[in-house]
Amino acid sequence: MATRPRARVRPGRAPALLVGWGAVAGVVAVVPLVYLVVRALENGPGLFLTVLGRPRTLDLLVASVLLAGAVTAVCVVVGSLAAWLVVRTDLPGRRVLAVLFALPLAVPSYVAGFTWISEWPTSAGFWGAFGVLAAVSFPYVYLPVAGALRAADGGLEEVARSLGHGPARVLLGVTLRQAWPAATAGGLLVALYVLSDFGAVSLMRYDTFTLGIYTSYRGTFDRTPAAVLGCVLVVLAALVTFGEARARGRAAHRIARGAARPAAPVRLGGARVPWLGFSAVVVGVSLGIPAWSLTHWMVVGSSLGVDVSDLGAAGLVTLQVAALGALLTTVLAIPVGVLAARYRGRATAALETSTYVAHALPGITVGLALVFLGIRLLPGIYQETPLLVLAYAVLFLPLAVGAIRAAVAATPARLEEVARSLGHGRITTLARVTVPLAAPGVAAGAALVFLTAAKELPATLLLRPTGADTLAIRLWTHTGAGQYAAAAPYAILLVVLAAVPVLLLDRAVRR
Amino acid sequence: MHPSSKYVSRTIALLTVGAALVACGGAPGPAPEAAAEGDGVLTIYSGRNEALVGPLIAQLEAAVGSPVEVRYGSTGEMAAQLLEEGADSPADLFFAQDAGALGAVAGAGLLAPLPADVLEPALERYRAADSTWVATSARARVVAYNTALVPEADLPASLDDLLDPRWAGQIGIAPSNASWLSFVTGLRLIRGEDGARQWLTAFAAQNPQRFDGNGAVVDAVAAGSVAAGLVNHYYLFEKIAELDPATYPVRNHYVANDPLGLVNVAGVGVTASADDPGPALEAVRYLLSTEGQQYLVDETAEYPVIAGVTPARTDVDLAPLESLSAPDVDLADLSSLAETETLLQEVGLL
Repeated sequence: MATRPRARVRPGRAPALLVGWGAVAGVVAVVPLVYLVVRALENGPGLFLTVLGRPRTLDLLVASVLLAGAVTAVCVVVGSLAAWLVVRTDLPGRRVLAVLFALPLAVPSYVAGFTWISEWPTSAGFWGAFGVLAAVSFPYVYLPVAGALRAADGGLEEVARSLGHGPARVLLGVTLRQAWPAATAGGLLVALYVLSDFGAVSLMRYDTFTLGIYTSYRGTFDRTPAAVLGCVLVVLAALVTFGEARARGRAAHRIARGAARPAAPVRLGGARVPWLGFSAVVVGVSLGIPAWSLTHWMVVGSSLGVDVSDLGAAGLVTLQVAALGALLTTVLAIPVGVLAARYRGRATAALETSTYVAHALPGITVGLALVFLGIRLLPGIYQETPLLVLAYAVLFLPLAVGAIRAAVAATPARLEEVARSLGHGRITTLARVTVPLAAPGVAAGAALVFLTAAKELPATLLLRPTGADTLAIRLWTHTGAGQYAAAAPYAILLVVLAAVPVLLLDRAVRR
Repeated sequence: MHPSSKYVSRTIALLTVGAALVACGGAPGPAPEAAAEGDGVLTIYSGRNEALVGPLIAQLEAAVGSPVEVRYGSTGEMAAQLLEEGADSPADLFFAQDAGALGAVAGAGLLAPLPADVLEPALERYRAADSTWVATSARARVVAYNTALVPEADLPASLDDLLDPRWAGQIGIAPSNASWLSFVTGLRLIRGEDGARQWLTAFAAQNPQRFDGNGAVVDAVAAGSVAAGLVNHYYLFEKIAELDPATYPVRNHYVANDPLGLVNVAGVGVTASADDPGPALEAVRYLLSTEGQQYLVDETAEYPVIAGVTPARTDVDLAPLESLSAPDVDLADLSSLAETETLLQEVGLL
């Protein structure tokens, strides 16, 4: 078939080592699910069904689906447009914009949410939650789409143009098809992020599943209703993940031999001004508002007095746990990403989905699952760094899996076949051909996990070693006592720390 | 199905079942090191904010004489963590923000009764009936109101006044906050299930605005997005520690002889899993000492639980506790949260 230039599904068994290694990742990912089912059913199926049947459960379901759907749709559109603008057009200032569009990932949703609600109290509710979450999560789509557009062959567009297709038809028929798998994969991360987010929805007072789960834990100390809601969230996440796999479809691939050609930039002409306006609004909403607000906190409050050693200590702890989290998560994600890209089948799809669903669970649920299992099975590392790092792996596996899958899928399988024909085994081929070629994608996944772990709060609160506070925890401590000025330096350092991997990510997609 | 897929799925299934079995069995496992308190370290789980009680705990460490380790978190999350840890908890002392959380942890059998001589300084009404915990400070429920939006004549004299149409959409609450739940429990105990249901149904129809915590409610009152909020009295004093009290547009309205003026407590309990409860008991003694009480009264603007301590601060408008004529509620009963939860869900407020 002409549309299948590369063998994407290869006959033959997946190497046993890869399968075993991937299965470890699968087990790590299902730990919180096992816990949830145990907790949800411990008081019998009667209570499970009662909680399930409450009108509030349906309310929360509808609210969560609405919010996740709306945010994902906007992020897919805005993220894809932003990527197209900086990669495929002659928009002035696109090099700077390329970085600015990625940076909102460094802003924690609770910082952005606090900014909005303190400046515009009337933004509370659906629209506030929608605005904050869209502002901080559109880079999940922007980054992979920009990468896909950079890697795509411009030749296809030339062919389309030579056949007499106008610019709009080329954009929709060719460029969009090239970017579509990256856009849906990014959209999936956005949807799961929205389902699991607590910061923005609680500040905006918009009741979702996650907020319901927190209310249940905090308000009543009864863990069963929270676990039942968690189970529903898992089912929802699995549906979203399956839906994305269906929607992803196949990318348009180059069919020519020889090197791919960069696409000629689209000349915007008179349309430059509105597109610059669009870019200014996106950057202003996602970066300008939090930057202005943090400066405002610093200046206004009277509790200001930066404890430099405390700030430095929190910064170091954050660096350490986030880096270890990124390392473990990447190691666990590599086999899943490779299996998903090279050995597709029902079982690998199930494995991949299992690593995604925990991403939709709120941090407190995953944290309590590891409290439950850690103190019983791994008391030696309970409230020590290793267990916290394991929690990050459970929470953020899909960020790395998605990046690795895309990177491996984009490396030509033919090169691996050549290596095999030269007598190398599967694992040697993997180590010497596939992994080096996919390295930038693997690094991008690790960077994404690092910055997300640096921002994480609820699981960190439950599992950190006593006394080891991250920047997010110090920030929470100060804002919890109403000391916004004292909190500001921690928020600023957190955003700066998270911005470093974002810049690296941007580099990686530019290669 | 492809042979390789079958192999993968079988492996995954086996490992998953293994993990599930281990989890379900509650696997006794080796004795946890963390719970072995031979190291003489006093581990405190604090549901109270470090910025508020950090200095108090430093004083306490000096008085106790053992090294102290503190884990800070929110009271609800700390209680959930303790319940999840069960008998293996590394915690020796639970310092909680409200009676409900202490009652829930005590109810699960995780707190050991305190000896009579440790409880002795606390006034009778501030001790749990089964001695599993003791209050360390008292806090009053108040109506925090925006001075520009609410004329003094319109201030509610009882909770029924809040059902007036003028308050529709104008009241802020923190539904997941333990102090709100304690207030509803108090209402249940005072007016009975039916009386409470009646009031809550009418109140829910007033469309109260939900916030994440009492601090957020007071912020919203200050910003004017709601006219008033049902909160604890000291949040106002936290705010004016950072912002100019003269221009801050929020005041506390104390409601006497009414469930709105319920007096709740923060308190401590010693865990049953503490191998050597000695240092933990010393810590409780310190918190109930004149020195410890003076800190709480002056720094967090709370009410003392022992006789003879008066606030040194003059900048806070603290109504004398006696004048509140707090409703006569047994604090231990405030832990009957399951009924409160059911009731709130029934009326659509949770």
